[in-house]
Amino acid sequence: MINLTNIKKSYNKGQIPAVSNINLSVDRGELFGLIGPDGAGKTTLFRILTTLLLPDEGSATVDGLDVVKDYARIRSRVGYMPGRFSLYQDLTIEENLNFFATVFGTTIKENYHLIEEIYQQIEPFKDRRAGKLSGGMKQKLALCCALIHKPTVLFLDEPTTGVDVVSRKEFWDMLQRLKQEGITILVSTPYMDEANRCDRIALIQKGSILSIDTPKGIVDAFPQNLYAVRSTKTHQLLRDVREYPDTDSCFAFGESLHVTFKGDPQPLIPYLNKKGQTDATMEKIAPGIEDCFIHLLNN
Amino acid sequence: MPPVISTNQLTKRFGQFVAANELTFQVEKGEIFGFLGANGAGKTTAMRMLCGLSIPSSGKATVAGFDVYTQTEKIKQNIGYMSQKFSLYDDLTVAENIRFYAGIYGMSKQAIKAKTTELLQELQLEKEAKTLVKALPLGWKQKLAFSVAIVHNPDIVFLDEPTGGVDPVTRRQFWDLIYAASDKGVTVFVTTHYMDEAEYCNRVSIMVDGVIAALDSPANLKQQFNAANMEDVFYELARNAKRKAD
Amino acid sequence: MRQLITFIRKEFLHVLRDRKTLLMLFGLPIAQIVLFGFALSNEIKNSRIAVVDYSKDPTTTRLISKIAASDYFDIQRSLASADQLHTAFKKGDIKMAVIFPASFGDDLTHTGKATMQVIADASDPNQATTITNYLSQIVTDYNTELAKDAGQPMQINPETQMMYNPELRGAPNFVPGVMALVLMLVCTMMTSVAIVKEKELGTMEILLVSPFKPVYIIISKLAPNLLISVLNLFIILFLSWLFLDLPVKGSLVLLVTCSILFILTSLSIGLLLSINARTQQAAMMGSLMGMMLPTLLLTGFLFPIENMPLALQLLSNLVPSRWYFIIVKRVMLKGLGITAIWREMLILTGMCILLFTISLKKFKIRLQ
Repeated sequence: MINLTNIKKSYNKGQIPAVSNINLSVDRGELFGLIGPDGAGKTTLFRILTTLLLPDEGSATVDGLDVVKDYARIRSRVGYMPGRFSLYQDLTIEENLNFFATVFGTTIKENYHLIEEIYQQIEPFKDRRAGKLSGGMKQKLALCCALIHKPTVLFLDEPTTGVDVVSRKEFWDMLQRLKQEGITILVSTPYMDEANRCDRIALIQKGSILSIDTPKGIVDAFPQNLYAVRSTKTHQLLRDVREYPDTDSCFAFGESLHVTFKGDPQPLIPYLNKKGQTDATMEKIAPGIEDCFIHLLNN
Repeated sequence: MPPVISTNQLTKRFGQFVAANELTFQVEKGEIFGFLGANGAGKTTAMRMLCGLSIPSSGKATVAGFDVYTQTEKIKQNIGYMSQKFSLYDDLTVAENIRFYAGIYGMSKQAIKAKTTELLQELQLEKEAKTLVKALPLGWKQKLAFSVAIVHNPDIVFLDEPTGGVDPVTRRQFWDLIYAASDKGVTVFVTTHYMDEAEYCNRVSIMVDGVIAALDSPANLKQQFNAANMEDVFYELARNAKRKAD
Repeated sequence: MRQLITFIRKEFLHVLRDRKTLLMLFGLPIAQIVLFGFALSNEIKNSRIAVVDYSKDPTTTRLISKIAASDYFDIQRSLASADQLHTAFKKGDIKMAVIFPASFGDDLTHTGKATMQVIADASDPNQATTITNYLSQIVTDYNTELAKDAGQPMQINPETQMMYNPELRGAPNFVPGVMALVLMLVCTMMTSVAIVKEKELGTMEILLVSPFKPVYIIISKLAPNLLISVLNLFIILFLSWLFLDLPVKGSLVLLVTCSILFILTSLSIGLLLSINARTQQAAMMGSLMGMMLPTLLLTGFLFPIENMPLALQLLSNLVPSRWYFIIVKRVMLKGLGITAIWREMLILTGMCILLFTISLKKFKIRLQ
């Protein structure tokens, strides 16, 4: 459905490399996540796929259509929600939606079933101007606007950035339901915890892909044993564990530290006890996506 | 030692709308205090009152020992502030930014010089002292913005979603800075959308519909709500929020 | 087509909901005209003038004493000869000189007609026009008086001569100037800002990734600004008629047609500006610095183009407002018809088509 081959793009006449050597394919009906921080190149990829930018090298297709040659045909069948998309602040919810429906040559009625569930949540405020909506509501409206013409592929660039946990959860539930409608979805996010909601993900950093797999595949590929170390004095603990000679990596994760070792992990607890961390505990845990990302970054 | 922030039934109304309703809490010196809430719950309003940018409608509050009604100027001298849109000047160099912010807090020339050297060393930015801020990677900018926010050794620093958009390693490096500041006795008042970051805080408050719905240490909150992580705690509290619009 | 209408309606909503800008758009021309109206209606009193009387007969003496009695004039001195006039003008001692030729008295008694010379310093055209008008008024009154006394028509003709600025650039020229300036600014600024705003919001990305044709985007952005500008035009015309006593002497239809031509040219310039501007601020600065200066300097209503260095004269040919300014002067002030302005109209049309084509070509279907 989406195919990128050896894509390379830089800005300012090659001065600022954006992405390089990107190979990626997304299957029909898949919910695919691009996971990476700001500046990783996610937006560049979205813009190439939505025909807004020309790649310097490589080729890309969407729904079998070439992004350079067939740009006009692609434009009529994709839905796109840009990262900084903020709708028309001075138009109401209804006016915004109506406008985008008409621009895409359709009406709200025609594809109402597709957006019904989302739109119902914001419909009570339909006469309110978009500028006066909360982050979560704006995001829902933006999704409605991107969906209104029943696209075959949906491109969502960081739809959940700056939105609270509840809205994020609801948003991902909506994406699951859209997937069931048969829409292929490419979504990017800087939140690692959202990776598990995707069928497959690509971890991306500084313009290149670190790894592409199912979330489970990525987690399974974590090469080391991972331990969670805890005590009541977390900050002191962080310093102590980092000083431990056999520590390979050590990062804070919520209330505990996630630690990998070069050697034997077992002497750590006595070592910590000696340092005054009398209540320190350690257990072996399964890594998460964020652990894998950190691991891939460090190597 | 008296609390650094102390509020009692602090309320802010905009006409009929009660943005923040009877907030009562204390934050101790050196504490890292997580201030969470759904979009539109009233976080920004509360934070503005504590920073002396907005006069409360009723209730009492002191920040760094100063009254939020009458001593807002004193408050501003004793707090630091950093938001998502950093207050750094893109077209000034790293050193010039530090000099500027130290300057507006009335530091002497010598003190500014010493502080600049110290900060550049701490942030390992010595080589970039003469680089324009806009040329720095996002993560470095965040760290610099934080250091600039505490350049005048404030009692308390307010961080409004400081870590958006950076990779997990950089995000943790940022928290190392927060810990270091807290160890020096600076109180850290932070809002974030990353729930794992909430767990780095000593205590966390969660605002829903203008009131503080929960306030405790992350461990206690998880126990109280029988949740595996802070995300579930938050979801449990905020999912029934009525107020969706800002 | 339905898409286009929806789009245009949306543009109108943007404009209507932005009260502050709307206020500025209509406030600007009104303020300019009204301010100028007040400046003009201020009476000029005690203008210093010189009188040279070669005739020295009872009629001239009576007329001179009438002029001297008026509040408007302050006869500085009577000069023995006209040779001294230039020095007096140059020194700024006098604003106007009245000369009665030696044959004045004879002419009047024998033929009932006589000519007096009125020379005004027109470097300040407002003042020159005003005081010569005052003088004509006095002479006309005197004519009536003489006729009554003599029982037959008597006619003294003041022959007015403007010195230093014979074409009287200024007063009435101000209105065509304001028209050119206001229309140019409103059109370029509003258009470029409206398009760049979409870029900033990120909505431009969506519009580009839609089947909506770029030319439609352009047309819809232009539509409300065209309407606003035409409204502005009528407001200016109405106000200048009301306050400045400057009605449209020629054909209103012709004037409006030419104005729309000029508006479209300005809109195209705004379009062109928006293509390279990334922020609304940049677009605004571009319109202000890029358009306001050339319009002020090279249109000809502040500084006569003929007096400029050749390079600037040539450059002024590229400024659309220059041609529009000529059209308005001819149609509105002089009441001339299409035969007098077809050349300028043709130039404007050419500019309009050229600019619009360029901006259409350059309007990016992609980002960057």
